[in-house]
Amino acid sequence: MAEIRFAGYGGQGIIRSGIIVGKAASIYDNKHGTMSQSFGPEARGGACSSQLVVSDSKVLYPYITVADILVAMSQAGYDKFEAELGDDGLLIFDEDLVEPKSPHGNIKTFAIPATRFAEQLGKKIVANVVILGFFTAITDVVSYEAMKKAIPDSVPEKAIDLNMKAFEHGYNFGLELLKKQKDPQK
Amino acid sequence: MKADPKGVLTGSHNLSGNQACAEGALAAGCRFLGLYPIMPALEVSERFLERAPRVGATFIQMEDEISALAAVLGASWTGKRSMTVTSGPGLSLMMEHLGLGVMLETPCVIIDIQSVGPGLGLPTRAAQGDIMQSRWGSHGDYEIVVFAPSSPQEMFDYVIKAFNLSERYRIPVAVMSDAYLARLQENVVIPPAEEIDIEPRRYFKGETDKYLPFKRDKDFVPPMVKIGDGYRFHVTGLTHDDRGYPIMNEECQEYNVHPLVKKIRDYTDEIIEVQETGIDDAEVVIISYGTTARAALKAMEQARSAGIKVGSLKLATVWPFPEKRIFELAKKVKAFIVPEMNFGQLVFEVERCSIGKANVLFISHGEKGVENIDDILSAIRQTQQMNEVKKCIIELKKGV
Repeated sequence: MAEIRFAGYGGQGIIRSGIIVGKAASIYDNKHGTMSQSFGPEARGGACSSQLVVSDSKVLYPYITVADILVAMSQAGYDKFEAELGDDGLLIFDEDLVEPKSPHGNIKTFAIPATRFAEQLGKKIVANVVILGFFTAITDVVSYEAMKKAIPDSVPEKAIDLNMKAFEHGYNFGLELLKKQKDPQK
Repeated sequence: MKADPKGVLTGSHNLSGNQACAEGALAAGCRFLGLYPIMPALEVSERFLERAPRVGATFIQMEDEISALAAVLGASWTGKRSMTVTSGPGLSLMMEHLGLGVMLETPCVIIDIQSVGPGLGLPTRAAQGDIMQSRWGSHGDYEIVVFAPSSPQEMFDYVIKAFNLSERYRIPVAVMSDAYLARLQENVVIPPAEEIDIEPRRYFKGETDKYLPFKRDKDFVPPMVKIGDGYRFHVTGLTHDDRGYPIMNEECQEYNVHPLVKKIRDYTDEIIEVQETGIDDAEVVIISYGTTARAALKAMEQARSAGIKVGSLKLATVWPFPEKRIFELAKKVKAFIVPEMNFGQLVFEVERCSIGKANVLFISHGEKGVENIDDILSAIRQTQQMNEVKKCIIELKKGV
């Protein structure tokens, strides 16, 4: 079972990220995914987070007790949810938007300039999908194939190409980072 | 009767509570949605609208919630399965026509996505503050059936059940969701149409001049006709006879209204649905409904692993209240724990039915409270301490 928190501000696609991973896990990976969300009355700019519980069996309780993974796309989101991350947890963050403290326990941290990549690809709005690609490479919550099926289901038709490009970009960046960490000499 | 395949989106899906609600309604054969928009109920109409053209369903946005339910009652009399969806402030406005629906014995379904009240409260946050309103909100004597789902899958299943019961008993049936479940996204398996049972409406088939709209069958439920099929009849919210004409005396009041109550009370065994987990050896039972049930089951699991015998009674139907079952359990168990997202509503029913036989502990929490099961766990511990105290007193008395 994996308990995942996506945190950021309204407009970044934080809730959409939860939906995409939930869909990938529950429909294409044959697992169970439960996504819940919380947001304020503002359409954009307010604090926003989604919680996702992915499990091989039915999810009894839809809330995070101890988070296994925190994906932070804003400093406020990081500050608020850093404490709920377990000692063996995993932190993924946008390095241009979040400045993490020194982690507690054995937390592993992975940074990606997701928003910068998204801007280079043409649209800042796909930053969440860049980070989802990175997420797919770093963690074993969902498979690459399942994500590739879930993304086109969840974005507008005219934006599918850009989103897939963003996903691949994040995914490859993740794979390279893992390679470098395994083999620091090269 | 089986479901009309046109409305059934068979397959495995990942849906939010609100989306599952719209799918449940379409699968149940609902072809009319009348509403006035309100958060957090919007995604129900959004989904319904998106699918309506292909299914052949109609949607109308009225000028307010009062007329929204009026439209639903009218549509139901034309033979369409009809529903409305709203949140607390809208439900308050609908109370007038809920009573009319009861009096005219009109099948329909009301979905209430509860948010925090009173007044406009917190429109995007969850609560369970409308539970008593769903039972007693409209004036006069009546019985009602209310479901409380705790997951998108249950939302789908219970909406179908709600439509079936509304047709079976000719009553408005309510499904009480909340702002949390509205947005909770989970696996929902929609079975093939031939596996979904649909309660057909009971129609009068005699000659057009022989129809009496309120002439009751053996089970107190009168058959209906469709408006537009050539039958001429009268319906009124005033106390009426079999013909539907107002008769202003006490005899007719008894004749007209008593069966409205009896047609539900005499059939509670068929209507009431509860889900029991770990009840057999339980010393403490958590009684919960809706979203709160998720926290209750988790707390039960944790308490069990700590060796405390805790069971769970989850109410699928909140009304009619499972009085008999709770009284039976009260004689067996030491305590009931009732968590609710309000300041105490259904807990009074539990107290009433346990008649002093078991302790009743109430836990009030908001949406944040459901995210944290600590208060349920500490209530469980408290019941254990109460038992210890009782044991000590008994032993002390023995000593004397």
